[in-house]
Amino acid sequence: MAILVQFAIGLIFGLGLIVSGMSNPAKVLNFLDVGGIPAGTWDASLAFVMAGAIAVTFFGFNRVLRLARPFFSARFYVPTRTDIDPRVVVGPAIFGIGWGMAGFCPGPALTALGFGSPSAVIFVAAMFAGMVLARFVSHLPPLTRFVTPADPLET
Amino acid sequence: MTVTPFTPIASLLGGALIGLSAVLLMWATGRIAGVSGIAARLFPPYEDGEFAGRLAFVAGLVAAPVLVRLATGGLPEQTIAAGTPVLIVGGLLTGFGSVWGSGCTSGHGVCGLSRLSVRSLVATVTFMAAGMATVFVMRHWS
Repeated sequence: MAILVQFAIGLIFGLGLIVSGMSNPAKVLNFLDVGGIPAGTWDASLAFVMAGAIAVTFFGFNRVLRLARPFFSARFYVPTRTDIDPRVVVGPAIFGIGWGMAGFCPGPALTALGFGSPSAVIFVAAMFAGMVLARFVSHLPPLTRFVTPADPLET
Repeated sequence: MTVTPFTPIASLLGGALIGLSAVLLMWATGRIAGVSGIAARLFPPYEDGEFAGRLAFVAGLVAAPVLVRLATGGLPEQTIAAGTPVLIVGGLLTGFGSVWGSGCTSGHGVCGLSRLSVRSLVATVTFMAAGMATVFVMRHWS
């Protein structure tokens, strides 16, 4: 049952991407193209997608997170970190370059698979490889291990 | 480049559907609807027993256009201008960067901003700026 519900929730997400026009990379790239503002080719639609999504999520999360627990799970897994570490800047900077190159972020790229486009298959295969690589690198022992401990009494 | 029409109403409605999906996933599983996190965890190392649910969510994403085609007999326009080398490099950077930064447009942009997370605000401003800079270089510097 939980699996079927998650399929339906993914389906709603995908329908949202299609209805909003975000399944079309050309629309995304025309939003990112601020150089197109003087020429009149800038497409502000993506800002409206974000506004619609955030409005619903802001109020929805507020309601849902007041519940004792999720329907199919023992507890909520809401991120708790608040620190601004280098990775939360470097990661999005790298992602943003990839996004600006092809016009795909992960959600629309996966939905594009269902359009039957060979280009989407190539992009998603490379995206999966990048994801696996990032997790592999994250799981390597940190290089800072070899730096002298801050407290010399600590070994 | 292909000129695309400005679609404020459809985009607002579609965005609301994306928000509804994020709220429903939080209600059902207690987890953030971050597509990069969900997709990345389809591959090892597996840290919890949520594989089947994540696969089902991704299957739903992929099935959406199939359903639209069955229901309406057609699909909206999709123009992918990028050639194979750009798709490969763009895909690698998108996959690596979204996992390295713990989120993409959905996890940081939609869910994080809705939770008023400063980390997500920093991430969202950064990937928007990097995306805009990249498009500027690719379209206007050549």
